[in-house]
Amino acid sequence: MSATTAATAHFTPKPSTDGGEGQLLEVSMGPQHPSTHGVFRMDVALDGERVVKLKPVFGYLHRNHEKIAETETYLGSMPYTDRLDYLCSITNNWAYALAVEKLAGIQVPERAEYLRVITGELTRLQNHTSVIGFLLQDMGASGTPLMYAFREREKVLDLFESLTGSRMMCNYMRFGGCRADMPAGWLQQAQKVVEAFPRFLDEFERLLSGNEILMARTQGVGVLSKELAVDAGITGPMLRGSGVNYDIRKVDKYGIYERFSFKVPLGEHGDVYDRYMVRLLEMRESVKILQQAMRDVPPGPIMDAKTKLRGFRPKAGEAYGRIESPKGELGFYLISDGSPNPYRYRVRPPSLVNLTVLEDMCLGQNVADIVVILGSIDFILGEVDR
Amino acid sequence: MLGEGIVKGLAETARNFLGSYVSKDRLTTVQYPEERLPQIEAARNFPFLVYDGEDWQQGMRCVSCLICEKECPPKCISIEKSKDKKLDASGKPQFYPTVFNIDVSVCMSCQICVEVCPFDAIKMDVDFELSTKDRFGDLLWNKERLSKSNEYYREIHPTEAAAVDAQLAEERAKLEAKSKLAAEAKAAAAATVPAQPAVGATAEK
Repeated sequence: MSATTAATAHFTPKPSTDGGEGQLLEVSMGPQHPSTHGVFRMDVALDGERVVKLKPVFGYLHRNHEKIAETETYLGSMPYTDRLDYLCSITNNWAYALAVEKLAGIQVPERAEYLRVITGELTRLQNHTSVIGFLLQDMGASGTPLMYAFREREKVLDLFESLTGSRMMCNYMRFGGCRADMPAGWLQQAQKVVEAFPRFLDEFERLLSGNEILMARTQGVGVLSKELAVDAGITGPMLRGSGVNYDIRKVDKYGIYERFSFKVPLGEHGDVYDRYMVRLLEMRESVKILQQAMRDVPPGPIMDAKTKLRGFRPKAGEAYGRIESPKGELGFYLISDGSPNPYRYRVRPPSLVNLTVLEDMCLGQNVADIVVILGSIDFILGEVDR
Repeated sequence: MLGEGIVKGLAETARNFLGSYVSKDRLTTVQYPEERLPQIEAARNFPFLVYDGEDWQQGMRCVSCLICEKECPPKCISIEKSKDKKLDASGKPQFYPTVFNIDVSVCMSCQICVEVCPFDAIKMDVDFELSTKDRFGDLLWNKERLSKSNEYYREIHPTEAAAVDAQLAEERAKLEAKSKLAAEAKAAAAATVPAQPAVGATAEK
């Protein structure tokens, strides 16, 4: 098929479906979309500027993660989990480690739990800053907010590099603890970053929160009702932006989260602005958790002495481990048949589930709002396609 | 007032712009090839093989146990074990790898080979300027290219290398004490019968 026929086939006007005047225009948005979430395509049917139909198309980044994990050893899958949601590898490691620890009944030492909370909350900080930066980038504020966000993210990534050896693909957790202890001076450096973080958030809020253009573009746009959010299984800041009080850190109290006092910020309207604000407020709460964790971190071992690195074979059984990742409920479901590799390995990715309501949020909105709504979902295609 | 938020935001950008002339905190970029950030000690990139002493073939710590090959998640390591043994740096006869290849286009820098190696023979490098025009040949690294001296390891990861050196020295001391003890016991056992060979054994040592 030549290029011209393809183009005509694609843009052939179709009769209006709702019996109204005018004709529908089908537009294929993506897959090389400038919004930096990954390779993703949407088939959008437009009535003028209004969206009447939207079909998300994904799978461009599929790399067979679950099947590979079923042929790898339990340890061998750990670095692959880094590549799921590549912005926050440490929380991915944590969810997987939690599932395997449930499966094999491993206890995690105190210090390792603190290290997990500290690195996990730092991950949340850097994820939310970059997501807000991307949201603004999607909105057309090219450069400034994203660069400010990345400037702060870089400080957290430097901490990750000096702790784990890598900025993004940390591969940090092990079954029964963490891989590396804090090097000398790391905690002081991290404390400095965390202490300075609220100042950056104030700056970010002065820059953005009151901005009339941002408010006009986000308030009342992409409204997700409470009922639909619950029915569709939405989790994370998106669910809380719609006003549902559900945070797995509070519900499951996995790890040592019951020791820290923090609030769960909730939205009211469920629009893009609420999701943006929920993320900003969540960062402030994360700073609180970090301050408490860094104050209390005890000395001691960071690995469970009984757990071997090699030749790890949990007893036959099944386990589901879930955590509140920055994007929502990240769960790993494992079935063991007693062999060195899992019989079944399944990821419950928050990005994919949160993406399912995209059409419901976009219907009736303008075509320019699609990208803003997409940016507010906070999804990573590495996790959607797996 | 409409536009107040925008003006506030612009004031913030102005503060950042002007601040970038005075504060290092607001201007964080460096001009890369000319300017460089200090290397972070824990950084890792691709694995390399450590050797002791001067000669990389003689001092190679790898005894070709094939554990890293088996544990490597993307299976980027391929090793062929030698048929014969040769003396390693401490003078013990050991197997050695006749072929040790790492395909760095497959390697995902996860460090699992380093963690599972019982001989501290494989470690992570920090060199990142590895671009090449040859997609295939230059990305399949052989034994010679992978071998780097223990001095180099000490240079790039001082804290970690010091711990490894101390542990190895301790193991070697333990082994020596054990062989010494065994030799003494042998000598004592020999001394009870004729005196002549026992003297020879100590002189040899």
